[in-house]
Amino acid sequence: MDFLFIAQQTLSATIGVNTIIFALAAIGLNMHFGYTGLLNFGQAGFLAIGAYSVAVPVISFGIPLWIAFLIGIFNSVIFALLLGVPTLKLRADYLAIVTIAAAEIVRQIARSATFNEWLGGSDGITGKFGKDFFALNPFKSGLDTPILRFNANDLWVVITGWSLVAAITFVMWIMVNSPWGRVMRAIREDEDAVRSLGKNVYLYKMQSLIIGGVVGSMGGFVYALSRQSVQPDNYGTALTFFAYTVLILGGAARVFSPVVGAMIFWFLIVFIEQVLRQGVTNNVIPHWLIGINQVSQIRFMLMGLGLMALMIFRPQGIFGDKKELALDAKA
Amino acid sequence: MQKPKSIDASFALTTSPTPGSAKSDPILVADKIARQFGGLTAVNVDHLEVQRGSITALIGPNGAGKTTFFNLLTGYDTPNSGTWSFNGRALNGIPPHKVARLGMVRTFQLTKALYRLTVIENMALGARGQKGESVLRSVFPWMWRAQEAEIRERATAILTNFKLIEKQDDFAAALSGGQRKLLEMARALMVEPEMVMLDEPMAGVNPALKQSLLEHIKELRTEGKTVLFVEHDMDMVHEISDWVIVMAQGEIIAEGTPASVMGNQQVIEAYLGAHHNEDLSANQEGA
Repeated sequence: MDFLFIAQQTLSATIGVNTIIFALAAIGLNMHFGYTGLLNFGQAGFLAIGAYSVAVPVISFGIPLWIAFLIGIFNSVIFALLLGVPTLKLRADYLAIVTIAAAEIVRQIARSATFNEWLGGSDGITGKFGKDFFALNPFKSGLDTPILRFNANDLWVVITGWSLVAAITFVMWIMVNSPWGRVMRAIREDEDAVRSLGKNVYLYKMQSLIIGGVVGSMGGFVYALSRQSVQPDNYGTALTFFAYTVLILGGAARVFSPVVGAMIFWFLIVFIEQVLRQGVTNNVIPHWLIGINQVSQIRFMLMGLGLMALMIFRPQGIFGDKKELALDAKA
Repeated sequence: MQKPKSIDASFALTTSPTPGSAKSDPILVADKIARQFGGLTAVNVDHLEVQRGSITALIGPNGAGKTTFFNLLTGYDTPNSGTWSFNGRALNGIPPHKVARLGMVRTFQLTKALYRLTVIENMALGARGQKGESVLRSVFPWMWRAQEAEIRERATAILTNFKLIEKQDDFAAALSGGQRKLLEMARALMVEPEMVMLDEPMAGVNPALKQSLLEHIKELRTEGKTVLFVEHDMDMVHEISDWVIVMAQGEIIAEGTPASVMGNQQVIEAYLGAHHNEDLSANQEGA
């Protein structure tokens, strides 16, 4: 077994492009769910809107990429308003139902034949819509060391992506520790009490939905740019639930938990896969037990087992406080 | 300390003890408020005035519509008909947070302490006009730090008065039921209300804490605030209220000083039933 290869693949994934995408998706969810208590099950919809908003304007309408980013932010604000206006006055469960449906509507519209000309149908969009971005790449070659390996484009995405994650995490940290963040956490606990103290709860919940959604759509920017393609089926409900997994792994309502959760999530997925793959090809794991084609399914089974163990032994996540979690059972 | 009390005493003497009677200086006036849930009329209040600076108790048997009436007055529920005003300002269609900003702040029957916020955070949340509560300014801490320090100072003073200061860094969930009631009331004071609406402030509070809650409510009157509270504890009603309003089956059936109301035949009937003095066996024979 090539342990160095396993280490290289695993570490590269731990700080890689996918980790950045999931960290951004989960930072948005942390705003929604962790701090404000909004059950948004449609985060994938925000990522899809971010991804399509950078690809479509550039490819179909020849608009510069930088303006496409602004369009993406604008669109995700509009999407948040569409979700929030009818649901935020209702109980939390309605938001959950509406968001899960809305994200699917976004995906189905994107893959429908009707808009094939602009959105590319179920094949999505592939093309060099990110060339303005990669033109700024100062790295002529990639990084190739025994423990980390990125090609030139990925290296540029990783560096800019982590800078973005750092900046957003910093702003989030300031915001959730401000009086504004205090109102958000109070809404999570009991919105009627917050109303009785003269706060416009509806407005705050809308702000939370918009901010978390815009951060999620930035995850979509990274998703689209890093692959130079957008596939509608990448933005299904599984993406939302993986983002929740990331958040719960780290521990909800902690500023760093989405980042560390995403790192652990991708560390585990790639580590398990590489170990299994190496084990099978080197006959360490017998073929009657696991075939090479079963590896990618089995990694998710093991991942699921690991998560169950986490929920049993550390339900508060990595950063969470077990005592605080117990308080949730409204005494 | 005694001065406002004497004003209230004269108010109680000069006001007619009839349902819906006019007060010399009403802070809250409600007219023809009705709320139906399907076929059930939960609240049907013809006219009500609450005297400024008084402690007014709202009593009545279970299901009389007291809490529903509270919800209507504070904007948490909408009546089918009726008008009401606070400080002369009509409150129809005004959402709860705006009612609170106008100076009428309520507490809840089931205490709503914000569990995973610390006691001091619960308090600080109550302060009005916080610069740092705006989404844009929250990012620039130097714009709100000074104000936050002032708010914490005021919160600390109130917590000290309420004897919760040692608990200031604990989660609100770690407080006992009675302490949560105290916290909820202290938090309401952070809003600097003119009128405090307390929904069963004594429910589930042990006798020692009860006494301190009573003192705090009296203090509110001393500070010139108006208190309207729903309560089942008759000793408490007797001890602190200047005026008592009795509701039964959604309507106001009596008003007056605590002593006069408790001797009122209609009130006794509302609580105990019209036939409470009759022989049960005689009733059974009749049926």
